[in-house]
Amino acid sequence: MNFIDNPRKLRGFEKHIRVEKVSRRSILKGLGVTGGFVLAAPVMSRQALAYETGAGKMPHGVVVDPRVFVSVASDGIVTIVGHRSEMGTGVRTSLPLIVAEEMEADWSRVKVQQAHGDEVKFGNQDTDGSRSTRHYLIPMRQIGASARTMLEQAAAKRWGVPATEVKAVNHEVVHSASGRKLGFGELAADAAKESVPSIESLKLKDPKDFRYLGKGAIGLVDLHDITTGKARYGADVRLPGMKYAVIARPPVTGGKLVKFEPEEALKVPGVEKVMQVQGWPWPSKFQPLGGVAVIARNTGAAIKGRDALKLVWDDGPNGKYDSVAYRKELEEASRKPGLVLRKEGDADAALKGADKVIVGEYYIPHLAHVSMEPPVAVANVKGDKAEIWAPVQSPGGTREDVAKTLGIPEGNVTVNVTLLGGGFGRKSKCDFALEAALLSKELGAPVKVQWTREDDIHNGFLHTVSVERIEAGLDKSGKVIAWRHRSVAPSIASTFAAGTVHQAPFEIGMGLVDMPFEIANISCENPEAAAHTRIGWFRSVSNIPRAFAVQSIVGEIAQATGRDQKDMLLELIGSPRIVKPNVKDLWNYGEPQDSYPIDTARLRKVVELVAEKGEWGRKVPKGHGLGIAVHRSFVSYIATIVEVAVDDKGKLTVPRVDTAIDCGAYVNPERIASQIEGAAIMGLSLAKYGEITFKDGKVQQKNFDDFQVVRMDDSPVVTNVYIVPPGPDTPPSGVGEPGVPPFAPALINAIFAATGKRIRSLPIGKQLEA
Amino acid sequence: MIKVKINGQEQSWDGDPDLPLLWFLRDEAGLTGTKYGCGQALCGACTVIVDKEAVRACITSVNDVAGREVTTIEGLHPNGDHPVQKAWRQVNVPQCGFCQAGQIMQAAALLMDNPKPSHDQIREAMSGNICRCGCYQRIENAIHLASTGV
Ligand code: FES
Ligand code: FES
Repeated sequence: MNFIDNPRKLRGFEKHIRVEKVSRRSILKGLGVTGGFVLAAPVMSRQALAYETGAGKMPHGVVVDPRVFVSVASDGIVTIVGHRSEMGTGVRTSLPLIVAEEMEADWSRVKVQQAHGDEVKFGNQDTDGSRSTRHYLIPMRQIGASARTMLEQAAAKRWGVPATEVKAVNHEVVHSASGRKLGFGELAADAAKESVPSIESLKLKDPKDFRYLGKGAIGLVDLHDITTGKARYGADVRLPGMKYAVIARPPVTGGKLVKFEPEEALKVPGVEKVMQVQGWPWPSKFQPLGGVAVIARNTGAAIKGRDALKLVWDDGPNGKYDSVAYRKELEEASRKPGLVLRKEGDADAALKGADKVIVGEYYIPHLAHVSMEPPVAVANVKGDKAEIWAPVQSPGGTREDVAKTLGIPEGNVTVNVTLLGGGFGRKSKCDFALEAALLSKELGAPVKVQWTREDDIHNGFLHTVSVERIEAGLDKSGKVIAWRHRSVAPSIASTFAAGTVHQAPFEIGMGLVDMPFEIANISCENPEAAAHTRIGWFRSVSNIPRAFAVQSIVGEIAQATGRDQKDMLLELIGSPRIVKPNVKDLWNYGEPQDSYPIDTARLRKVVELVAEKGEWGRKVPKGHGLGIAVHRSFVSYIATIVEVAVDDKGKLTVPRVDTAIDCGAYVNPERIASQIEGAAIMGLSLAKYGEITFKDGKVQQKNFDDFQVVRMDDSPVVTNVYIVPPGPDTPPSGVGEPGVPPFAPALINAIFAATGKRIRSLPIGKQLEA
Repeated sequence: MIKVKINGQEQSWDGDPDLPLLWFLRDEAGLTGTKYGCGQALCGACTVIVDKEAVRACITSVNDVAGREVTTIEGLHPNGDHPVQKAWRQVNVPQCGFCQAGQIMQAAALLMDNPKPSHDQIREAMSGNICRCGCYQRIENAIHLASTGV
């Protein structure tokens, strides 16, 4: 795979595919300046941690330093830094809440301060991959415990008693023997002089004493501001003298501007300037596509000005991209052998000798993120200094890329992270911030670049398009003895390296080669597919097509052998065991296998739990049906039951969804529920409507009228969420993404139960209108 | 010169009369609580109340609201304690929150018109407002709560 051998550092890309040690020296050097106390995660001993995570292997690793994350003012207000991006998961509340819990701070006296992009100082900030709680539960507890210990030491010194006799409780330190108490504020100055305790010496709280963690009683820190319009998103940043820009970008990926006529645009009231924007050749990574910017006194004028531009483009090498023809290519490729990625037994022979072979060929088209807030950024570049305000999932990467693009030192770039009006992976790519930086530099003024919804749909980093073909061979008794899965889809790696035709380890590791069924003969293959547009991470990534295919064929096998879907599923999962696929360097969401194995006992458990709570097998009215699916992703286990109703005109509604999740140790069950409720709606959106198509290289959809998402009148009436209580040492795992993948196959299996129709191609669209 | 009352304050505009109210509010008047989501009356993120009706500010020009009274999320209640806002917080409706100003304004308009909407009436009245994060179940619960007294 070409990019693996490529030593170029492709940040934001490498982090997903490569396990590269960040030089600890560089971290220490960076922090030497501030005198902080730093420990990269790999240093944490097994004694200090009940488990290890992949956190230390992310760019810049983990920083465990109370002086970086916590400050206590003399009035007692505790400020805790949130260093991950808030896009709706609640992370800006939950990570600081962990610190507050461990340091015995009273949450009503805690303020959360958003970190700017600085990974040397704060550690890795890439808010993606459903990693925040997974990677930071223990580090945040350690930070809180350090701060608590320093406050306790300061109080003990003040009273002249051993530190073992004092204890921090709810924002004060008490010496129970004498009944003396000192508030955190009164101790702040002294505590700051205490040395930071070593991680090994820290005593973490006994979970039974938790006041906040696991309780779900704390609302979002931004809740009041969100309901009053005060919450500040990227789009809401206003600077004195700021200009408003919209950009006309090449309609075809890899296209170039030939010429433009600005005259009509300049006549629009409020338009001040029309200028060219630098673009990068395809594959352009996260760099801007280029085009023509219209600068105006407000966004409305800029949009009207852009409409009046006369533009001539050269469409370049992707000018023929056509979704109908491309689908045929993918289907044909899926019917021929491909690069074998996992081989156990002899699937070819077993399929030949099988009593019955069930074949399913499943298609999922490109999808657009359409986060509610389209990409937007504000930049103010002055000389060799740049300041950015943007809703980015990767503040550190944005800082690096802005510095590189402007040719200035990284230390001269400040990236202020606003709230994100949704992200879903789109805002892991900072192209919009780079556009703003380039324009501000040229204008010599602060500028906001606003993407319209049409821009978002036309020039995004789309979810891939895929054909997943599965052949399952059954013996006479109906037992599955052979499994061949071919996955054909252009890779995200194509956005970084020309000529990419195979999927990256992080893509094949999402439900292809990590398939957990107990089958003797397995072949997982990846035939070639070249990309013709920008492909990017979309919430749940390759797990969407994989879960759709794998869990649909389980329904098809059950259907062919006359068995119950749930029983069939449990039979295929097989005995409780740790699955060790025969795959070289199996990618496991960046996590060590020891802490996060593929555990079929946990997979079975969520199936059984959802079946029980979701009343699997209950009687449903005529025209209704139940479907089930389970999938492990982002090292979490999730099973979903969907009840569907299809009327005689083919109109589909979803009266009820039940989901069981095992995400290990967790912080806020209330936010887990909200993520799962939202995942059901996103799953229904993509299953029912989601499709981006191309003709002559151009995206054919433009806005929410032709790229539809589920609205309230067709959303599931109720989604029930059941969380598996964690064992004492179960490490935390992902929550933001895992809810999406099982939804579509559970829905499709339910549709079959309701109507006898088997849908293998998404979106459902008009397929049920007979 | 166009005069319009926004959250009780007289404002004037002598630029392009066709400028969408959305951009006047956000970029000219600095009221950024009203959001842009589609610009085509498809998502409801820009919902404001004009006189007593919910309208989409992205397809309403400044000229259209001349002499009328516009209420934005910032002006819904002086302390943010409108029953809908309180219910929203009680039910923990938002995820990213970006759609929520529009949802709240739409819900407030719905309750002005119909103080006790049914399940179906809520789903119909709110279906012009997209929430990409998928908070619909909670939005419905919050509207029921607001309608029965928070
Ligand atoms: S921005 Fe007005 S309805 Fe979407
Ligand atoms: S809360 Fe994110 S779009 Fe509604």
